[in-house]
Amino acid sequence: MPESNDKITVTVDGNEVRADPGELIIEVAERAGVFVPRFCYHPRMKPVGMCRMCLVEVSSPRGPSLQPACFVPVADGMEISTESQSVQKAQNGVLEYLLLNHPLDCPVCDKGGECPLQDQTLAYGPGESRQVEEKRHFAKPIPISTLVELDRERCIQCSRCTRFANEIAGEALIDFFGRGEDTEVAIFPGKPFDSYFAGNTVQICPVGALTATPYRFKARPWDLEQVESTCTLCSVGCRIAVQSSANEVVRHLGIDIESVNHSWLCDKGRFGYLAMRSETRILEPSLRENGELVEVSWTDALEKAAALISEAKLVHGPQAIGFIGGARLTNESAYAWTKVAKAVVATDNTDAQLGDGMPAELVLGLPRATISDACKAKKLIVIGEDLKEVAPVLFLRLRPLIEEGKIDLVEFSTHETSLSKLAKASIPLVPGEIGTRVRALIGFIKGTKDAGEGIGIDVQEIKNASQALGSLEDNSDLVVIFSNSSAIENTQDLQAGILALEESFKNAKFMPVLRRSNIFGALDMGLSPNLLPGRVTLSGAKEYYKKQWGSVPEKSGMSALEMLKAASESKLKVLVLLGCDPISDFPDSKLAKDALLKVDTVIFVDSLANSSLDYADIVLPASMDSEREGSFTNLEGRISRISKKVSALGSSWPDWAIASELADALGEDLGFGSLDDIAKEIARLAPAYQGLRSTLSLRSEVDEGILLPVTSTKVEIKRKQGDPMVHLGLISVEHQGAPLKSGASNEPGVYSDEKQKPEIGSTVSLISKSDIKSDINLEPETEASGAKSLRLVVTRRLFDRGTQIYNSPFFRELISEQEVRIHPETASSLGIDNGGKVSISGESKKVSGLVVLDNRVDQSGVVLTWNVSEEDVRLLASDSEKSAHWVEVEN
Amino acid sequence: MAVTSFDPIVSKRLRIPNSHTLEVYLSNDGYVGLKKALSMNPEDVASEVMTASLLGRGGAGFPAGRKWAMLKNDLVKYLVINGDESEPATFKDHELVEKDPHQIIEGTIIAAYALGVTQAFIFCRGEFALGFERLQSALNEAYEYGALGRDIFGSGFSLDMVIHPGAGAYICGEETALLESLEGKRGYPRIKPPFFPAVIGLYGKPTVVNNMETVSNLPWIVINGGAAFAALGEGSSAGTRLFALSGHVNRPGWYEIEMAKTTFRDLIEHPDLGGGIRMGRSLKAFIPGGVSAPWFGPNEMDMPLSQDAVAQAGSMLGSGSVVVMDETTCPVRAAWRITKFFSRESCGQCTPCREGSGWIERTMRRIELGAGRMEDIDLVLDACDNISPGLSWPPKQTTICVLGPSIPSSVNSAITMFRDDFVAHIKDGKCNYA
Amino acid sequence: MAHLSKELYEKCKSVVALYPEARSALIPLCHMAQGQEGWLTSEAIEDIAELTGVTPAEVRGTASFYDMLHLEPVGKYVVAMCTNIACMLNGSMELLDHAEEKLGISAGGTTSDGEFTLEESECLAGCDKAPCVQVNHRFFGPLDNKGFDQLLDDLKAGKLSDDVPSHGVLSRVDRRFPLALSPSEVAAERAEMENAKSQRDEKRKVSEGAN
Repeated sequence: MPESNDKITVTVDGNEVRADPGELIIEVAERAGVFVPRFCYHPRMKPVGMCRMCLVEVSSPRGPSLQPACFVPVADGMEISTESQSVQKAQNGVLEYLLLNHPLDCPVCDKGGECPLQDQTLAYGPGESRQVEEKRHFAKPIPISTLVELDRERCIQCSRCTRFANEIAGEALIDFFGRGEDTEVAIFPGKPFDSYFAGNTVQICPVGALTATPYRFKARPWDLEQVESTCTLCSVGCRIAVQSSANEVVRHLGIDIESVNHSWLCDKGRFGYLAMRSETRILEPSLRENGELVEVSWTDALEKAAALISEAKLVHGPQAIGFIGGARLTNESAYAWTKVAKAVVATDNTDAQLGDGMPAELVLGLPRATISDACKAKKLIVIGEDLKEVAPVLFLRLRPLIEEGKIDLVEFSTHETSLSKLAKASIPLVPGEIGTRVRALIGFIKGTKDAGEGIGIDVQEIKNASQALGSLEDNSDLVVIFSNSSAIENTQDLQAGILALEESFKNAKFMPVLRRSNIFGALDMGLSPNLLPGRVTLSGAKEYYKKQWGSVPEKSGMSALEMLKAASESKLKVLVLLGCDPISDFPDSKLAKDALLKVDTVIFVDSLANSSLDYADIVLPASMDSEREGSFTNLEGRISRISKKVSALGSSWPDWAIASELADALGEDLGFGSLDDIAKEIARLAPAYQGLRSTLSLRSEVDEGILLPVTSTKVEIKRKQGDPMVHLGLISVEHQGAPLKSGASNEPGVYSDEKQKPEIGSTVSLISKSDIKSDINLEPETEASGAKSLRLVVTRRLFDRGTQIYNSPFFRELISEQEVRIHPETASSLGIDNGGKVSISGESKKVSGLVVLDNRVDQSGVVLTWNVSEEDVRLLASDSEKSAHWVEVEN
Repeated sequence: MAVTSFDPIVSKRLRIPNSHTLEVYLSNDGYVGLKKALSMNPEDVASEVMTASLLGRGGAGFPAGRKWAMLKNDLVKYLVINGDESEPATFKDHELVEKDPHQIIEGTIIAAYALGVTQAFIFCRGEFALGFERLQSALNEAYEYGALGRDIFGSGFSLDMVIHPGAGAYICGEETALLESLEGKRGYPRIKPPFFPAVIGLYGKPTVVNNMETVSNLPWIVINGGAAFAALGEGSSAGTRLFALSGHVNRPGWYEIEMAKTTFRDLIEHPDLGGGIRMGRSLKAFIPGGVSAPWFGPNEMDMPLSQDAVAQAGSMLGSGSVVVMDETTCPVRAAWRITKFFSRESCGQCTPCREGSGWIERTMRRIELGAGRMEDIDLVLDACDNISPGLSWPPKQTTICVLGPSIPSSVNSAITMFRDDFVAHIKDGKCNYA
Repeated sequence: MAHLSKELYEKCKSVVALYPEARSALIPLCHMAQGQEGWLTSEAIEDIAELTGVTPAEVRGTASFYDMLHLEPVGKYVVAMCTNIACMLNGSMELLDHAEEKLGISAGGTTSDGEFTLEESECLAGCDKAPCVQVNHRFFGPLDNKGFDQLLDDLKAGKLSDDVPSHGVLSRVDRRFPLALSPSEVAAERAEMENAKSQRDEKRKVSEGAN
């Protein structure tokens, strides 16, 4: 970027530095290579200037004065001294003061060795204490949530944790208590700090006051080894440092990546590694014999699998074989499995989604927004799920901006979400009405009068939304984030709404949110019917891939729903489950069970046992994150690295190796001797990925990742330093956040360069809007009848009874109870009270739950939560192909 | 110098029975100033106040007219009256709020009119429960009387006023902490810049914060003109001021005095004022302007009660409260008690003040109780120096607000003036005054 | 343990309505809640959180900053004795010793019959009546040991019930007038005034330019 003309010049310790007006002294100094010590300052939060550690001497007409570098912006000609005598005295004084009441129990403190208080005392503090009085005492430590413990004696009252909770997460469940010297951090008695983001406070605590229960006394910082990796527990793809001790993962820390997570993580991602050592981990291949799974060698298992696949193919044709799942895979593994299915078996029956997602063409075919686009947007439309539940850190990035009024939010949701109170307009939704309501809004903006009327919603909300969104002319400052608003319904209606928005709001960008792991990578790698790797369609790229692979399926294949139906009708003979659990995750659990029961062979490739394992005939153990490597594509289409830190447990293999060996057993050579071979083939063949340097997965530097489709040849490193406490020469920082040497790298990261971009023989065009089906039937196939008059909506929670969560005792307590969200008027007409226990009856079963009155729920709907109690909400639904399900709610 | 005679300004009604009621107020020139102000242009009202050279009565002594002129123009602006009087030994607002609440309300309305404000808040110290009740009653009466609300006295000017109770925190007397408290938060002072209330104040809007006594002068200034006010006093110390006298004097109490024309000796010894030191004892030291101020000794007794003169001598008139300590006073104990006050009242934001105040207090207490070490004397001074580098006056600071740098005032004064007493405590292992 | 009474809850709503932002009512509401129970119960804190749109942790954290707000039960009479400089010079520390002995509790404690809580307080701005004491925030002073004993006797005998309400009652006078101007009105009015002013300025400029 050309240097802007309004730069100003300041001197830091005698050296001239150019700076932007408004930049903080602490930032300018840091850029000039001068570290100013600090405790309360955090680059991702607003400065408060409280700890006074960052005092520097600043020139002024009235002579030099001590000013907090974290709070005072630079001014032209300002002379800043960070090491004058008065600065040194102030630093020494602040540290002496902080240590007065600090217990100095470093030998038994988790933070010892990576502690900013310890390090900065060494560098700037007094050698010994002059205090003779007794220190302040508190009971220690006290749990403030399931995952976080508080030691008030160690606390230095910097307010980082309380500010994070309030300013970033928007959940002020902790606050300062008391005054002056007696100030402590406290929860409200009986209301623990059960925020999804509580773990971040442990990471940013500059002392050992907040510690993570699962990590306590697990390791010493100097024994830790770490690699940079990507969290795969949802599709946001937060960058993490995976830290291990004695070949066991003991901690995840968030790395500060400008474009993605700003160092934050959700607790599911931060503590998700706990499942690695769960008792339900599958360690050895096995075959079912006489109803029991019996451990066998890999050779036996693979040969058996190959034999059954070959036989089915021979007898029933490739259409009789199907592959469901794949979101858990790395891009390379997904590519390998796609090649097994589509080139070796020659079936297009692959689906990484489990019937609760969105059509792949809709996901891949629209102009995609990045997280930065969304954060810089002036206007934001969010349709569907509560982002906090499905893409937590995306929510965390957006929430403060919406609260500050930098982004105007219009949401369409089935219930009150974590953003509803901040929204300019919140339009209630029932499935089936998305298209109508979106069109009503567009009509109103266009000036078609009373367009908002007669559709059963508050016209005022439409007016508010219209005001927030302004005109339809240029909408390059508008981002639309969308997801399926009810896990048990299809998304035809959503598709209609999105297409209407795309058509009316010119230049808007879109961000589809699918929640599962590397689902975007799996779709990009072709694990979906009618897709081939690199964001191309089977019909569009058939010839191209045929030339490269030798063979591709002749016909379009089946979706997960179609495969399960075919299996239940005994038309599908072999079902390969790629890290998925249809019994728990498919919207129609009856169909899933029936299918797994009827299909001849279930090949189960996974790391942890789940409900579908009971139906498996062949079990192939796959390695988990931090035991494997590869690349990940997040919901923006940004590729980042998944790294290996520890050896795989038991005999588990990385998925790509399982695919490759299975192909081998099937008599075909995929040509993949190593992960790098796959990465190279993707970069050579897969159109959206073409030109990607094959060494991607082997890079060690921290950077922003690269956005797809690959267009630029260089990737700029815009990263801020991983931990704000970074101080050169202090070894402890190596162990906290990202390693300094990579974070501060000045060398621009280069993922791809022109020379390596291969010539492509034929032109294959990427999936675009024209591939999205527009013939949509919006009529619900069923209608309300009799007492069953409320339309059932099922939403997701971050912590549910999913495998990875249910296998961690820390998480299990965080699973909420079944809530029954209902409009107050609907409730009163049914004689139902807030907080009361009710039962909901649907097609066959009953489910019970606690009533939450929510005036953002549409009066014709009732909102339940997926997979939080033993009672299965899916059993309330009828056939999942029907687009509407109706239930009755009674006391 | 002598005690000058003049017609009292702010204290005129304080000795009249039932002066807090509207009835008594009206029969003693009540709301005359407001009616006159409403007939003037707002700018002219402001200009009278500028002419009056009325210094803020809260402690910092900044001219009210200039404070008003600094108010940034904005669609929404606020006026907040600081009645959180908590500086130890200060009790003039306490008197005003209990005895003449209408005068405060009238002054506030005049200020609001001059500033173009439509909502004003009077922040009344919570411990003044009776005063709060009287202010609330007066507010009801004022609404009823038409002095508040829509279209005041038919002038077209409308104003709403809210009486807001404090809840016991000295720091809320600091204007930005007061605004935080008024926003329903912990009373943490804001950092200036950028949080100058005139630019970013209550709810982020431009705000004028005036002391209760300051606005109590406004009705008189409007009636008699700014020049009449400025004619009293001398130089920048214009007008009269309520001084609160306490400690070892025969007649502790509040006295309205013409500024700069009267000396500390007059205030302490004049038979109509302090009436001299009790039991005929001699003076050891006095605090000229609240416990944040450095102490004076007998040599400063003839100094005039002028803001500039006191500042030049290394202290301040501050909140206008004079504490007299006679020869029997233990300076260690006095300084320790004042330090204990700051330690209890530190808000806890800044490390030096939060931690330093407690440490200094504990060390001072140790010395007072006879468990001090010789090195403790320099230790407390150095600890003070880390809060207020150089221990100079006006103080430098390593903290956000001036509470921290107020801690060294008494400690440094006591040690400098009475080091022998400290040494004696340490050597004898006890307090010789006890 | 008690929530705010229905009547008080409604009254609280009218206080919230006085402020441009609901959170501003937090401290007034804490006082009002104390008027009911003498201290801040958890339930009252939850009610205040609901009324002001913040979390209970924030209400409790904010309240804990202020000396007048009690998060633990207190006696029927809270006796606050100032020992700050002016009172100290007049013997308040000795008076406090006497009070502790007389009540059989140390400062900060409550008598076992629940009648008295004794507090050592900072300056109460009653320095002309030093040593000064507040009972439930009503002033008494100057007091010597005898005067203090008399005060306790009078309180126990109910002789001061006109002057000293039960603990927590800050004000026995309610505001009788809601805001006369609504915030939107104020904004609109101001906008209009600004508009008119800028038009005037514009005209003046034009006419000055013409001259």
